[in-house]
Amino acid sequence: MTPFAYARARTLAEAVGSGAEHRSDVGHSTGTDFLAGGTDMIQLMREGLRRPARIMDVTGLAGLDYIDIDGPVLRLGALVRMSDAAAHPQVREGYRVISEALLLSASAQVRNLATLGGNLLQRTRCGYFRDPGAPCNKRAPGSGCPAIPGQNRLNAVLGVSDQCIATYAGDFANALLALDARVRIASDQGERVIPLADLHRAPDQTPWIETQLAHGEFISAIEAPTSFATWRSHYLKVRDRRSFEWALASAAVALDIAPDGTVRDARIAVGGVATRPWRLSAVEDRLRGRRVTADVAREAAQVAGDGAMAHGRNAYKIELMRRTVARAIEETGMVGGTAA
Amino acid sequence: MSVIGSPVSRVDGPAKVNGEAHYAGEFAPKDLLYAATADSTCPAGTIVTLDTRDAARAPGVLLVLTHLNADRLPYQEPAERVAVDPVAGAQLRVLDGPAILFSGQPIALVVARTQAQAEYGASLVPAPYDADPPAKLRFDPALAQPTSEAAAKKKRGPETRKGDAEGAFARAPVTLDERYRLSREQHHPMEPHATVAEWTGDRLTLWSKTQWVGNERDEIARRFGLPPANVRVINPYVGGAFGSSLRTWPHVTLAAMAARRARRPVRLELTRRQLFTFVGHRGQSEQHVRLGADPNGRLLATICEATGQTSTYEEFAEPLLGPAGATYACDDRLTRYKLVPMNVNTPCPMRGPGWATGLVAQEMAMDELAERLGMDPIELRLRNYAERDPMKDLPWSSKALRECYAQGAERFGWSKRPLKPRARRDGRDLVGLGMATAIYDSGRYPTSASVALLPDGTALVRCATADMGPGTYTSMTQVAADALGLPLARVRFELGDSTFPPAKEHGGSTTMASVGPAIQEACGAVKAKLAGVADGAPITDFAAVLRRAGLDRIEAEASAKPDDAMKTHSINGFGAVFAEVRVDVDLCTIRATRIVGAYDAGRIVNPKLAHSQCIGGMVQGIGMALFEDVEWDEHLGRVSNGTIAEYIVPVNADIHDLDAIFVDTREPLLNPLGVKGVAELGLCGVAPAIANAVWHATGKRVRNLPITPDRLLTA
Ligand SMILES: Cc1cc2nc3c(=O)[nH]c(=O)nc-3n(C[C@H](O)[C@H](O)[C@H](O)COP(=O)(O)OP(=O)(O)OC[C@H]3O[C@@H](n4cnc5c(N)ncnc54)[C@H](O)[C@@H]3O)c2cc1C
Ligand code: SF4
Repeated sequence: MTPFAYARARTLAEAVGSGAEHRSDVGHSTGTDFLAGGTDMIQLMREGLRRPARIMDVTGLAGLDYIDIDGPVLRLGALVRMSDAAAHPQVREGYRVISEALLLSASAQVRNLATLGGNLLQRTRCGYFRDPGAPCNKRAPGSGCPAIPGQNRLNAVLGVSDQCIATYAGDFANALLALDARVRIASDQGERVIPLADLHRAPDQTPWIETQLAHGEFISAIEAPTSFATWRSHYLKVRDRRSFEWALASAAVALDIAPDGTVRDARIAVGGVATRPWRLSAVEDRLRGRRVTADVAREAAQVAGDGAMAHGRNAYKIELMRRTVARAIEETGMVGGTAA
Repeated sequence: MSVIGSPVSRVDGPAKVNGEAHYAGEFAPKDLLYAATADSTCPAGTIVTLDTRDAARAPGVLLVLTHLNADRLPYQEPAERVAVDPVAGAQLRVLDGPAILFSGQPIALVVARTQAQAEYGASLVPAPYDADPPAKLRFDPALAQPTSEAAAKKKRGPETRKGDAEGAFARAPVTLDERYRLSREQHHPMEPHATVAEWTGDRLTLWSKTQWVGNERDEIARRFGLPPANVRVINPYVGGAFGSSLRTWPHVTLAAMAARRARRPVRLELTRRQLFTFVGHRGQSEQHVRLGADPNGRLLATICEATGQTSTYEEFAEPLLGPAGATYACDDRLTRYKLVPMNVNTPCPMRGPGWATGLVAQEMAMDELAERLGMDPIELRLRNYAERDPMKDLPWSSKALRECYAQGAERFGWSKRPLKPRARRDGRDLVGLGMATAIYDSGRYPTSASVALLPDGTALVRCATADMGPGTYTSMTQVAADALGLPLARVRFELGDSTFPPAKEHGGSTTMASVGPAIQEACGAVKAKLAGVADGAPITDFAAVLRRAGLDRIEAEASAKPDDAMKTHSINGFGAVFAEVRVDVDLCTIRATRIVGAYDAGRIVNPKLAHSQCIGGMVQGIGMALFEDVEWDEHLGRVSNGTIAEYIVPVNADIHDLDAIFVDTREPLLNPLGVKGVAELGLCGVAPAIANAVWHATGKRVRNLPITPDRLLTA
């Protein structure tokens, strides 16, 4: 590990004033990195993939670990631990997709340490990105993307470019995307609120810029509006093993179903298959006004792969995503025991 | 009453949970320094320049060794290659020159005051390479070469023939012709490999993770040109190894080199990523199986052509074709073995070496043949039951495989299995049942042990063997307690020190059969000595005898070695493994919900330990069948999932109902204890049983292991 200075932020101003870096091509920077639970950051530092000159530990910041469900919005402080959010009774009841997405992430030990803010910003699991001995456009712009002609079983099929096909690995963000959540961002200029949909960026020609966050910006909270759909929501995750593993394909589904059994509103996002959390509006459109049956779900999910592009071994993801989405829709229709 | 055969809990259990058990990397002699390596990122070629100035100036760094300044070591040739070394080739001489043989090869060693400083220093060694000649990076069976004469001497290819297999295959009314692939696997024991080296003058002490302290002593002595007596290797506890610590790997040399130059003790511990490139692996393999049978299922032709993987500098050939030769009766058989030399680190034995791999292809092929014949898979195996070893043409010393089939099938509920695939559905799950035969050759080595009767009334038993997890500490305590007629609590067994009476490798499931008899002999010898001074007092009173005779101990050392039973008979452990899987019909996820193994492993010294060995093998078999896959990038020549987060092994949630039963047998010839060895056998047959169950559930044959959801989806 490269030697670094360690500082503990006492105030939000101190944190945002540190000028923390978010781009992934600054592994050798002289700059600062935020440290939250450290479950991703420390791994990256130990492998020498990030070598910040300074670490700004944000876990001591007061007042950022709230879970607040007063009124029509769920507010989650950025420092809430994954385990606490997942286990919160009202989150479990009213925002099932969030609780499930978190519980299906990582392991109990990781969830006890990891924060929600850090979770959103975890970096891709692309094996080449994680290997300091391999080239990678995301880490070292222009060095090439070995995943495109190489081992890409876990890489993305949606939102890819000729520079990078890295999967966005997280689960929580997909659930948030389906709920039209927003992210509260603090900087030394003040505060801004953006849709979660705008937080992550597809690689395009600059795969090292993975989010909208500017130099120094800090995620302070996540807000999810409550709607009928949040009550009937569900996260389904398909992975190589039963636990402690990222998704091959996952689907976050929220449905608002009218008393007559037809879908009033549908929100669907997928994970494990795209370079950022990915909303499937075409599938949503196909569900509106229909009753959820296995056949309807399957038919709607057929358009899930539109625009997808495979690179060999990851071609299966297109079909697996369709099946995952179909199953998730069907299961969401049954949430609460009331078959739609 | 004898404690042999009773389910004694691990005698070393408390020490392991309360932290008193010290593993190699935890020994901290005074003034200890820490080392880390910089490793090649190029798979073949030459180092052009090595600039170590930044590393040398880094905080805390005391020493940087590279091929430019490291000692040239003599690397004396052994009189005879030990079985744990590859059959041919020249071992990697670490920091001996600029040549690069594989990506991940250590090119510099940095010694510093702390581990973090050493790692940082090592990250500051840039190394431009001249990538010439072009690297050999493709595992392509078309590039394979027949195994060498050295391999042939050990019966590892290149060819064995009996009768006219090709002719018989051409004439056979029912045939099967398929290729089966198994991915490269990595051992990944919980404890990473580590060595602590300390010199006192020209004497070297190594605390080093190894399955064979005696060989590590000899090997390091040869590498450094020292008398073996000047080297001592200590390793009381091993946190799993599975074959990865049989050989003495280059990092041990590095630690000793660094400690000599630094004139202080040095510790070198490998990182998880380095476990992919420093300590061997089960190489990739492809097996081309052709079976011919008559309509009644009698095998007319057995042909297995296997392709394995080796490095460019050593030939690693293993008994991959053991199962094809020994499992079923068939007069016309042919096996061939080829290897693809690649710019990789040399593979090494991994649990059930060769046999477990060979069984994957053979037992999947037998399942396919049963399908073609419309026959129950056990029935097919019974119709080809080998009454003697068809390859060696020798009688079995003992074989209770029929009982394994019968008792395993009964316990598992095999008789309710529909013959047709895709016949059982439970909700969204397809449910399938599969089985496979297990076989592993048993061995025994000459071994010595000592026993000291001490004035406190305890007996101290010693042998330079190891315990990487199977329970050597416990089972040997049982053997000694039994032989001495003492309660377990009065016997202490010590191992893992090269100054103890010699043993061979703790591998190949030979430990019980080898060390047990030596302890029995030593106990007999000490009892005889005691009798000489005891005046007829009972052995249990030896403390009083010692006191009366004014002795501080009575000690005896003895050896035991195999007779020629291994020449006159074929001695093998057998088993039948049964698996139930549930496969999500759409999502293609697979769960191995139930596994039962029935084993003929000879007498079971400790059923609790043996059971644990076998269910551990099942867990590893689940990994082999469903998860474990070292992904290789054939352009870069690197592992592309080289961390334990990306290289997937089973987790608890993947493990369901596991059960192992032992048929009541006793091996008459191999050793006086009547044992045949358990550990390797426990992995054998598990993966093909699961693969066969996946077919039975889904009707799809995936001949490429592991069967990941993507492979099943696209099958
Ligand atoms: C073995 C393993 C398995 C895993 N499996 C899964 C899984 O299945 N699904 C899943 O979703 N995740 C999984 N994870 C990832 C895990 O959830 C993340 O590592 C974790 O959520 C990161 O949170 P943290 O608080 O530890 O962040 P850190 O590691 O401390 O930080 C991560 C990044 O976010 C930045 N950061 C942290 N907080 C903020 C903030 N408030 N504002 C701005 N920047 C910030 C840091 O600078 C850093 O770049 C797994 C992790 C491991 C190690
Ligand atoms: S996919 Fe992206 S992260 Fe992976 S190697 Fe290519 S550029 Fe790097």
